[in-house]
Amino acid sequence: MIVLENTPPAILVLAIGVLFGTGVYLLLERPLTRVLLGFVLIGNGVNLMLLVMGGRSGASPIIGNAPDGVRMSDPLAQAMVLTSIVITLALTAFVLAMAYRSWQLHGHDEVADDVEDRRVARHAALNAPAFEDADDTEPDQTLDEEAADVYDDVDDSDADGHRADGHKELP
Amino acid sequence: MPWDSATLVPLPVMLPLFAAGLTLALHRYARVQRIISVTALAAALAASVGLLVAADGGPIVVEVGSWAVPVGIDLVADRISAVMLTVSFVMLLCVLLYSLGQGVPEGEDDPGTTRGDMIPVAIFHPTFLILAAGVANAFLTGDLFNLYVGFEILLASSAVLLTLGGTAERIRAGSVYIIVTLISSTLFLSAIALIYGATGTVNMAQLAERLPEIDPTVRTALQLLLLLAFGIKAAIFPLSAWLPDSYPTAPAPVTAVFAGLLTKVGVYSILRTQTLLFPDNPTVDQVLMVLALLTMVIGILGAVAQNDVKRLLSFTLVSHIGYMIFGIALATEAGTAAAIYYVVHHISVQTALFLVVGLVEWRGGSTSLDRLGGLAKLAPGLAVLFFVPALNLAGIPPLSGFLGKVGLLTEGATVGTGLAWVLVVGSVVTSLLTLYAVVKAWNKAFWQAPSEEIESDVPLPRGMVWPTGALVAFGLLLTVAAGPLYGYAERAATASMDGHTYVDAVFPDGADRGRGESVVVGDDASDDAAQGGGHG
Repeated sequence: MIVLENTPPAILVLAIGVLFGTGVYLLLERPLTRVLLGFVLIGNGVNLMLLVMGGRSGASPIIGNAPDGVRMSDPLAQAMVLTSIVITLALTAFVLAMAYRSWQLHGHDEVADDVEDRRVARHAALNAPAFEDADDTEPDQTLDEEAADVYDDVDDSDADGHRADGHKELP
Repeated sequence: MPWDSATLVPLPVMLPLFAAGLTLALHRYARVQRIISVTALAAALAASVGLLVAADGGPIVVEVGSWAVPVGIDLVADRISAVMLTVSFVMLLCVLLYSLGQGVPEGEDDPGTTRGDMIPVAIFHPTFLILAAGVANAFLTGDLFNLYVGFEILLASSAVLLTLGGTAERIRAGSVYIIVTLISSTLFLSAIALIYGATGTVNMAQLAERLPEIDPTVRTALQLLLLLAFGIKAAIFPLSAWLPDSYPTAPAPVTAVFAGLLTKVGVYSILRTQTLLFPDNPTVDQVLMVLALLTMVIGILGAVAQNDVKRLLSFTLVSHIGYMIFGIALATEAGTAAAIYYVVHHISVQTALFLVVGLVEWRGGSTSLDRLGGLAKLAPGLAVLFFVPALNLAGIPPLSGFLGKVGLLTEGATVGTGLAWVLVVGSVVTSLLTLYAVVKAWNKAFWQAPSEEIESDVPLPRGMVWPTGALVAFGLLLTVAAGPLYGYAERAATASMDGHTYVDAVFPDGADRGRGESVVVGDDASDDAAQGGGHG
């Protein structure tokens, strides 16, 4: 059984909790910049957590540098935090660029809903098929009426003339 | 020793990475960029095939920079890694060639503005290569934190690829994508921090030894946290909503790569989590089973409702992730083997389909099923290219999709618990609904009278058709070579389930086992470092 040699200081644990909590709150916002701030807060919370998991601090982790009997800090946790900071920096820059581009295009940086998803949902609300029936000459016809029409018009060779108006732009 | 298969192990990561640097430096010379990119990916593919053969003799371990494990980072090429690498590079190479065919040389009259999307080659090549390096790193690494780095490499480059050109639509899709990936990465890093706190190591082989020693409750919590992070990446329901929203807006080759690879990296990580790190936990397996069922059914119901081919395929992608999770959740050798075979099949078939849809968009000017029609008459070759992988996806015998599903269903029936039977039924229903969805796409886009909106005379660029054809043919090859490949997958599964092959390969002499601290830097460690790299 491996156990941490000491319990981490309460203040650090509390700080991690606060960073995560505020970060999650900001992540739930719509504007991309706030989401980004939330991510940065959580990212710092994770970094702090990695550092705490490295255990108690000690002498600098260079062999021969620490006096005998003095415990060294864990360098691996610090290396991981460093990597994570670099990655967070790069991604922050990217998201900022994206927020700026969004502001250029729309005048705001709010994350929009899935357009196509809205469209399908609207079709569902109207109880209409998501696909338009290319064979449907008359809208609002029931399948039986349509079948009757087809039966009447078997000789009608102009079967695909209606295809051109087969789609309409949905708002 | 003059030559050693361990030399091959870093190549799939290093070659694309070096090539990315070169292509970035040479961004003014489009032709040179192309030659470098194709050469690098072809060489990486050759290295992967070499690994595929070499890894059949047992996992090959390389300690990066000769830093001895567990302090240093190790790359481990076992059968699963090798087979994933090989199929990934086949697919990456095909997609790269396809994108070269799509790009139009500067100065010429440019059909790209109306047909499909022009790809800014100067940015595309370095980013694409870095993506390849990230994927290869994720497949090869034997270190959990390095896996995180691999994920970040591929996610950062994928975010760039997704927002190429910065149009309004792509920025919208890109925001959703990047927020979701950031959350999943943060969860993954938290999981790593907690695992490090609980065990004092992030080396996967050492974790496999130490995790059974910790408190089972803590262990389950860690496992669930990792699965949550990987589940977002693999798009398992209910963490899948972001995928069909963000993938379809990207240029066709980019969507093809994402669909083929990115979710599979997540599935691969889940496979490693379940077989290597946390092998015995039936409760979690049952949770995964339920999630697999929901992913399959809800994903495919989403696909049926769509009228855009790209979105339809994105939903089938989500749905078929469920099959792989089903195989993994069975937690038997045969189940894992079927999952591995299914991943390989699905990478090839899903990528091929997205490439074909790119061609459809080029030919028909749209991917909306309302606007397409009659393509079978206008472009019969294209119809064949769509038809074969579409049936393969639906699992029509004797194609590879059928073989993978048979493997899963047989093992589900062998396990024979109530839940497994529900999954078997769910798989069959999903398969039929997949057939329904692709047949609907086929009817709307390829049959019917040709739509008047579609110009009758648009030549398809050969540079795009051949790579697509090659990938479709590769899918058929998976069917023809199913016997040996399935055998390979079975050996891979056996080795990954026995719980010691991987660990023995990383720690051949049993040294360093059970050491409590991660700060074992001393004379003995530097001795190890001196002889590092000689394993395998």
